[in-house]
Amino acid sequence: MNFIKPVSGLIIGLTTITNLYAAEPTNQELMGLIKQQQSQIDTLTNKAKQTDKKLNVTAEQIETNFNGHSNSSNGSTSIGGYGEMHYSNLGGKKKIDLHRFVLFFGHQFNPNTRLFSELEVEHSFVEGGKGGEVAVEQAYIEHDIFDSSAIQLGLFLMPVGIINETHEPTAFYGVDRNPVEHDILPATWREGGALVAFSLQPGLSLDIALTSGLNVATTGAKAFDLRGGRQKASNANANSLAYTSRIKYTAINGLELAATLNYQTDITQGLQKIPAMLYETHAIYSERDFTIKALYARWDISSDAAKIMGKDLQTGFYVEPSYKLSEQLGVFARYNQYDTSAGIDSGTENRQTNVGFNYWLASGVVLKADLEKQTGATNKKGFNLGVGYQF
Amino acid sequence: MRKILYLVFSMLVITSTYADTEYKIVNAFVQQQFTEEAPLPSILWLTDDIQTVIKRLIVHPYNKLRLRFWKQSLKTVWILDEVGKESPITIGVVVNQQKIQLLKVLIYRESRGDEVKHDFFTRQFDSATLTAQGKLSAHVDGISGATLSVRALKRMAKMALWLDRQVTDDN
Repeated sequence: MNFIKPVSGLIIGLTTITNLYAAEPTNQELMGLIKQQQSQIDTLTNKAKQTDKKLNVTAEQIETNFNGHSNSSNGSTSIGGYGEMHYSNLGGKKKIDLHRFVLFFGHQFNPNTRLFSELEVEHSFVEGGKGGEVAVEQAYIEHDIFDSSAIQLGLFLMPVGIINETHEPTAFYGVDRNPVEHDILPATWREGGALVAFSLQPGLSLDIALTSGLNVATTGAKAFDLRGGRQKASNANANSLAYTSRIKYTAINGLELAATLNYQTDITQGLQKIPAMLYETHAIYSERDFTIKALYARWDISSDAAKIMGKDLQTGFYVEPSYKLSEQLGVFARYNQYDTSAGIDSGTENRQTNVGFNYWLASGVVLKADLEKQTGATNKKGFNLGVGYQF
Repeated sequence: MRKILYLVFSMLVITSTYADTEYKIVNAFVQQQFTEEAPLPSILWLTDDIQTVIKRLIVHPYNKLRLRFWKQSLKTVWILDEVGKESPITIGVVVNQQKIQLLKVLIYRESRGDEVKHDFFTRQFDSATLTAQGKLSAHVDGISGATLSVRALKRMAKMALWLDRQVTDDN
């Protein structure tokens, strides 16, 4: 009986091996299995591709719907704004003022046509004739013509001076805008009409505009006050239009040279036939962190009545060197000299000096402080503090 | 007055003939950057991690979910949009060996400050790299009246240099 154990072991071993061979699939079965798995892989790959496509379509849709500045720019609307609050202590008179609160709305209708607009509240509120002003500062359609020119139709900022078109508080030094552009140009100066901007060659541009004109009083305290003559396209008298041309050279990095001529066919809009001409020129030069700006402006008004008051000639200039000590901090000094009755020597010349700094808390937020001294027609000194933003 | 109206009308009519599509402008720019046919575009999803760094570089997150870019060897081409004051400026940036080879304003939609689109200005970005502090190695002069557009270009230059590193570092 001793042989029974090995024999039974052998039988069991053979049976196991036979069973193992019996469980192994044939080549045909293996091929079927591979085909089945390949089919599953293909199905999953297709599903992954479809998911990828859906993901991209979804992303595009989200970007188009919620991202106002999509690549296509078709139908994109943009919103922005700026504002500034001032505190001034000049000649003992202290004042705090939410000077400007402005909202931009822009819309791109197609790649060549867009809207720009600015709605402004000045001095915080308007109620029953008190307070400040609510005004549309710009609202115009710009349409590209060829590759190098565009036409603007509507209410737009006049192409003149340094701050008339770019006057966000983060973009200039000093709490208040300079008085030369404020009183002589007069900034912010906007008119309704048409403007064609030509890029003659890289760095050389020409703007030509046909717009509504000024409408000034010829008697009283505001006689020949050009600033007061801005009609702001509010049911503006359009009997006598104005022609403007500006040439600007910026082909050297850091340098801007520009000159504007504005011819008013009649600043009384048909009452007395008084033409006037504005000559403005400015230069800006930046060398790394140092910048110097200089501007000269002059009005010639062809009127005997204006001549008697010395208002036939209104002139001014300013020079402003500045230096950026760091990305956040810049210091400046500005000397302004201007006279709105320069036709006669009657002590009406104003001289104003400001020295101070801008501190940019963020690229769109600025804190400002400056010392101010006025001499000539007025004698005041004091200081100004301000905060401004833009987004 | 009649002459002016006629001139304006003629200009408006001619415009449609000369207007190019934005797609064509972008496509032509990409093609010009490769001697042979441009490679197929790749997609980089702007994940939270990527957006966190972008926010440090350009002060805000980039307002897209993903970006298309073109890559060949150590050269990458990026098409980026950034708002200057009100409207997006479309900028093409070519980065080669982690330096800016070319920065070009492809579509400028802002009303003012278009000096930034000229070659004499954008040449200032040539060979710029990204410093360890996340700044551009090259000094770029500002333009009065175009401060915001200049800033937009600087931001996109920095972003393109950083994105380039993300997709070429594994080479």
